[in-house]
Amino acid sequence: MTLHEGALTGRRVERLLTINGWLVFAFLYLPILVVIVFSFSGAPNVGTWGGFSLRWYERMLGNDPLLHALQNTLWVALFSTIVATVFGTAAALALDRYRKWVSGGTFDAILYMPVIIPDVTMAVMLLLWFTQIGLPLGRGTIILAHIAFNISFVAIVVRARLANMDPAMEEAAADLYASRWATFRRVTLPLIMPGVLGGGLLALTLSLDDVVITSFVQGPGSTTLPVHVFGLIRKSVTPEINAVSTLMVTASMILVFASLAIQRRE
Amino acid sequence: MDGQIAVGLRGVTKRFGEDVIAVNEMDLEIRDGEFFSLLGPSGCGKTTTLRIIAGLEFPTNGSVQIYGEEMGLRPPNKRPVNTVFQSYALFPHMNVEENVSFGLRMQNVDDVEVRRRTGKAIDLVRLSGMEKRRPNALSGGQQQRVALARALVNQPKVLLLDEPLGALDLKLRQTMQLELKDIQNEVGISFVYVTHDQEEALTMSDRIGVMNEGELVQVGRSEDIYESPVNLFVAGFVGDMVFLPGEIAESGTVRLAGGETVQAKTNSAPGTKVTLAVRPEKLHLYGDRSEAPSGRNAVAGTVTRRIFYGEALYYEIDIGASGAFDVRVENVPSAKRWDVGDDVIVDFHLEAATAIAE
Amino acid sequence: MTMLDEGPDSPSEAANPELERRAQRRESWRGFFHAVPAYAYLVAFFVLPLIIVFVFSFASRGRTGRPILENWNVDGWTRLTDPLVSTIVGRSLFVAVLNTVLCLIIGYAFAYWIATRPKQSTRTLLLILVLIPFWSNFLVRTYAWRILLDSDGYITQIGEFTGLWGRMLFTLPAVFLGLLYGYLPFMVLPLYAAIERIDWSLVEAGRDLYASGTRAFLKITLPLSRPGIIAGSILVFIPSLGAYVTPDILGGAKTTLLGNFIVIQFGAARNWPFGSALSGAILIVMVLATILYFRSGARTV
Repeated sequence: MTLHEGALTGRRVERLLTINGWLVFAFLYLPILVVIVFSFSGAPNVGTWGGFSLRWYERMLGNDPLLHALQNTLWVALFSTIVATVFGTAAALALDRYRKWVSGGTFDAILYMPVIIPDVTMAVMLLLWFTQIGLPLGRGTIILAHIAFNISFVAIVVRARLANMDPAMEEAAADLYASRWATFRRVTLPLIMPGVLGGGLLALTLSLDDVVITSFVQGPGSTTLPVHVFGLIRKSVTPEINAVSTLMVTASMILVFASLAIQRRE
Repeated sequence: MDGQIAVGLRGVTKRFGEDVIAVNEMDLEIRDGEFFSLLGPSGCGKTTTLRIIAGLEFPTNGSVQIYGEEMGLRPPNKRPVNTVFQSYALFPHMNVEENVSFGLRMQNVDDVEVRRRTGKAIDLVRLSGMEKRRPNALSGGQQQRVALARALVNQPKVLLLDEPLGALDLKLRQTMQLELKDIQNEVGISFVYVTHDQEEALTMSDRIGVMNEGELVQVGRSEDIYESPVNLFVAGFVGDMVFLPGEIAESGTVRLAGGETVQAKTNSAPGTKVTLAVRPEKLHLYGDRSEAPSGRNAVAGTVTRRIFYGEALYYEIDIGASGAFDVRVENVPSAKRWDVGDDVIVDFHLEAATAIAE
Repeated sequence: MTMLDEGPDSPSEAANPELERRAQRRESWRGFFHAVPAYAYLVAFFVLPLIIVFVFSFASRGRTGRPILENWNVDGWTRLTDPLVSTIVGRSLFVAVLNTVLCLIIGYAFAYWIATRPKQSTRTLLLILVLIPFWSNFLVRTYAWRILLDSDGYITQIGEFTGLWGRMLFTLPAVFLGLLYGYLPFMVLPLYAAIERIDWSLVEAGRDLYASGTRAFLKITLPLSRPGIIAGSILVFIPSLGAYVTPDILGGAKTTLLGNFIVIQFGAARNWPFGSALSGAILIVMVLATILYFRSGARTV
């Protein structure tokens, strides 16, 4: 719907809104920029500038527990993302294409609750459950937990994409002699692929981000990077954390741009 | 294959849920090589019927035969028919060539043959040169042609079209109507064409099936549907019509509400309540009875309205208690212009009107 | 579409209601199988754990703090009324509500601003700029405030310089700041989606009738953006209620919120049943809010 003059409520309000806009952007970005800038500071205490230096990055690379945590993080992210993406996409297809036959109400609710539930609650739930069924805590339980909250996010993203797809497309494919599998492979999948990849990236990001749930369901020696960093922050704040943080932020940004690039491509 | 039945529907019923009957016990025969239109208002079941022939819907009951072969519950990918969808449903991630050749590839036709037939189909719809373009780089008319080529390239026995011209503007629609007709003549197969536009159906079809509320109301050639509608619905839906209530007198003529008698085609017995139906273009206006030719129907009235349509003028003639006539007069130099308030005689041939009992 | 069956029935038999029913049942199974992986997984690792939380909340506390499934009691739940606990619960509710309101006010103005930029490319660009910090690691974003609010942090320096505030770290305002920062995008995005969809000709008509920008806004724009307001509020309120990382890093002992309190039960305080009860309480609030959301018919997804 194109915008008309009527939407704006006058010059004064417009100016206030714009000022507010810029302030919010400053609010959102400055803290991150501060961290990034200070990761290159040579000063031994956080928050003061001590000349350009890469020593914190060097220290980080030599930090074995940290690297080990990073490795765990990547494994967990990889597995949980792949499984969550497959399950989530299938669920989205079920909800969209087979609406009439999948008991909508309950399934919908179960699928959407993990999105709004607070981390803490999810963490408690899973810890209690794993304990109850006697599952030893370790990298495996972390992966199980991440899949649990990621399925929903993938399903939501793919579902949005499916909703935009003309159902006649699949009918046309069938009309043109395609088998069910051929229709899925040649028509449906390529068309929802941006959604699937977008959902996958979202799942990846959430997995890399997670602190609370992971900290509850991890076992000895299977900690992930965010949890490790969290531990460091609680103990004492050192500039090394700045370096790690900068790297984590950079990784996130790369993921954002990748996801946007995918969305563009259609 | 002359004289054969291309599509045979017998007792086809489609029920959705408990109470919605989309198609009700339909019997229909579409002949080999004919351009057949299913015409009706929205919700009459014409699209559902088409989808049943295509295999995109199951009938609840009944039989669908294509050239004598029972289709039963065969999925669309096992039927020798192809469909042109209302939204075209072109695959956006494939270019024109890939779209058109899709059906052939799904049937594992070899590459050389695919290329040959695809090229021919694209030529048939006059889109040569556009092979590498994506659908979103094409105009509505061009997309429509791709959809047509994509269906025809598979050499189906019957082509099904679901309101394919709906999204196009008037001039383009008229051009495409002629093109479709030409293509159908060239290819020679039966076209089953769904539309709600009665003008489109009249101009393009060999025969029309008029549908209303899931039922096939009348089937026949365009002329028959237009000149001899079987009931008020068909009379009113196809073309403009003047309706006047009346009843059949003992002499077999129709007595209008105000007492005038006119002659009309009718099958009804004296005493039956009928509606007189006559086309506006079949009515003529004269100054007084002496000017009107004898041996024809003549009713006196007064001009109450005059509307200029460019190619014609419409006059509303109030004839008193019986109602009013809408008279269409071609805008030619010889035609007399009447003014509001003029007393006129409305004249028409004895066979020009039908008395429909309902 | 009930078709696309390479089914075993003799496919060339005329149709009848029984065959139609059978085909529909086949389709139904197909849909079911698509849904099964996700469904089964979520039942196993979400629904059952959910139930377990409530079960354990009625259990007894063992020596190590773990729940013992006998001597069922409601100790965990009655403790919720304990003055200490209710203070924490009250504080958490206050924080969550206030945060939601702040996010709503600032977020609405912000989302409205973006949505009313005339060019689509501008709007897209601004949205991307909002997404970037949003997708950055949550931990890092909260940690950044830790630096800024510390004794030698910039915010503190500005405060001391202007005499307006001192060191904010480990106080409630710091937690507020962190929560606002963390959850603002959750409010902005749904709001933007809702506002962007508004048919502005309605607002124009309203200006015509009400002849005042403010009234047109209150009577037309605001109600039309309701789905976004509800979605955004839920997306902010519930996580705020259970916030843990932010209060942990930016707050202190005097600012214990529900999230921290729960974690303590599974750590130092060794009282799993009580922790379960607390979690159960949050779950109830969450379920009520979800029902409200679906009832209001505001589905933006």
